[in-house]
Amino acid sequence: MKKIRLLVFSCMLVAGIQAQDMTPLVQKVRAKIEQVKDYVAVGTMKTDVSFIKAPIGKVKVYFKKPDLFSIKKEGGISLLPKGGVSINMSSLMATTSFVALSAGEAVVDGIKTRVVKLLPMNENSEVILTTLYIQEATLLVLKAVTSTRENGTYEMTMQYGAYQQYGLPDKVIFSFNTKDYKLPKGITLEFEEETKPLTEAEKIKNRKGRVEINYSAFTINQGLADAVFKK
Amino acid sequence: MWTLFQIEVYKIFRRPRTYIAFAAITGLIGIIQFGLKLDGEQYVEFMMRDITSSITIEGNILNGYQVCYIVLQVLLVHVPLLIALVAADMISGEANMGTLRLLLTKPISRDAFLVAKFMATMVYTLLLLIWLAILALFLNMLIFGTDDLFLLKSSYIVLLRENDIFWRYCGAFAFAALAMSTVAALGFLLSLFANNSIGPIVATMSIIVFLTILSTLNIPLFSYVKPYLFTTHMIGWKEFFDIKVNASNEALSGTIQHPMRIVQSAMVLLTHIVLFLLISIWVFRKKDILS
Repeated sequence: MKKIRLLVFSCMLVAGIQAQDMTPLVQKVRAKIEQVKDYVAVGTMKTDVSFIKAPIGKVKVYFKKPDLFSIKKEGGISLLPKGGVSINMSSLMATTSFVALSAGEAVVDGIKTRVVKLLPMNENSEVILTTLYIQEATLLVLKAVTSTRENGTYEMTMQYGAYQQYGLPDKVIFSFNTKDYKLPKGITLEFEEETKPLTEAEKIKNRKGRVEINYSAFTINQGLADAVFKK
Repeated sequence: MWTLFQIEVYKIFRRPRTYIAFAAITGLIGIIQFGLKLDGEQYVEFMMRDITSSITIEGNILNGYQVCYIVLQVLLVHVPLLIALVAADMISGEANMGTLRLLLTKPISRDAFLVAKFMATMVYTLLLLIWLAILALFLNMLIFGTDDLFLLKSSYIVLLRENDIFWRYCGAFAFAALAMSTVAALGFLLSLFANNSIGPIVATMSIIVFLTILSTLNIPLFSYVKPYLFTTHMIGWKEFFDIKVNASNEALSGTIQHPMRIVQSAMVLLTHIVLFLLISIWVFRKKDILS
């Protein structure tokens, strides 16, 4: 009787583990993304950080497998979150060795998604944990939350349109944490009176930054030289 | 009046002292350009150390517009001292040489004589600023090229697009001309009270240093006085480099964050200039010319 109980418990445990393994789904998403070997995209980028006043700028975005990624503003200064190299899904899915676990379901922008936790097998990986919100029917990642060792946690939400068969979004919103910014008035030579100190709630709100990229066109798999990614 | 003005301008530019200011500005800007050209990257890294922990900045930050801003920030605090060298010498210099009494024996009114000297002082001030603009803006544009302007303020950062910068510099130099004219008018006024140049020059410099310190100190007691000090408004040129943002924190090209502050500061400076000139005329009318 004891042996039977143990056997039933073991079967349930194995079944449970198998149900949680999301590797096949992640592999399918990856296969879709991997259709794209390289791309050049044009679009606009908006930097929304409480202590930065910057206008919207036209940008050119370059990607080449496995993880070369660059955002360039022709002849201008661009501001990107630290660790912004992961601002695309391809870079995020570049790791081959990971454990994918199901974390239930969630609704993103009114769409039902499967929540998948990606844990890298490599102990020294910069990424500690990635949570993907995958629309199973279309194999599109609608949202990704990534925790890193050095650059904190950042979040990406994606909206798809014309290029969704390649898994390429029309719009990416990248949210990240910023640090407080303050320079002494003696350095900046400002004589104005001190402004009212911020409340704790305002300080927390100000520590969140957003970069929004709206893509207008992609040129896919036309070949791209590595020199483009050199700074 | 026109002839008097021409003579006064001629006299200013005949004096070697006049060229000290031009040489000083040339030397200072040259040193800054040399230093930034050779070691500018490290300077930029030092300035950006606080924000690069969370933001990556890509592009040519150390361009001509940026260097011009650095130069103006450093030099516009010291240029008043160079202006005082000539402005505070305008009447006292004549008194020192003994030519003031001689000049006033001519059939010209004291007012016309004084206004001609005042106008000549303003010409010197403007030419000094034009020289500053040539070296700080146009030469730096040639040496370092042009690009977006990335400015670090005390509590926020402003990024201005390349095509939205030049008009701001035009406005900033025009405002600086007003600020420097105020200093010139003060020096000119003080030059009426002495028979040698050293006293008014040192007095002008001392007043500017004293008032600048008062303007900088964030002590509540002084905050009642600060809005009336011309030194508080002399840095109003910086307002040209602040930009408005909309509700979604998107900077709006071609806008100024606080245009009324510029108008207000300009009015304060203009009032000081007029006041200093009127006092000068009043004092000079009553002055007993003995030298």
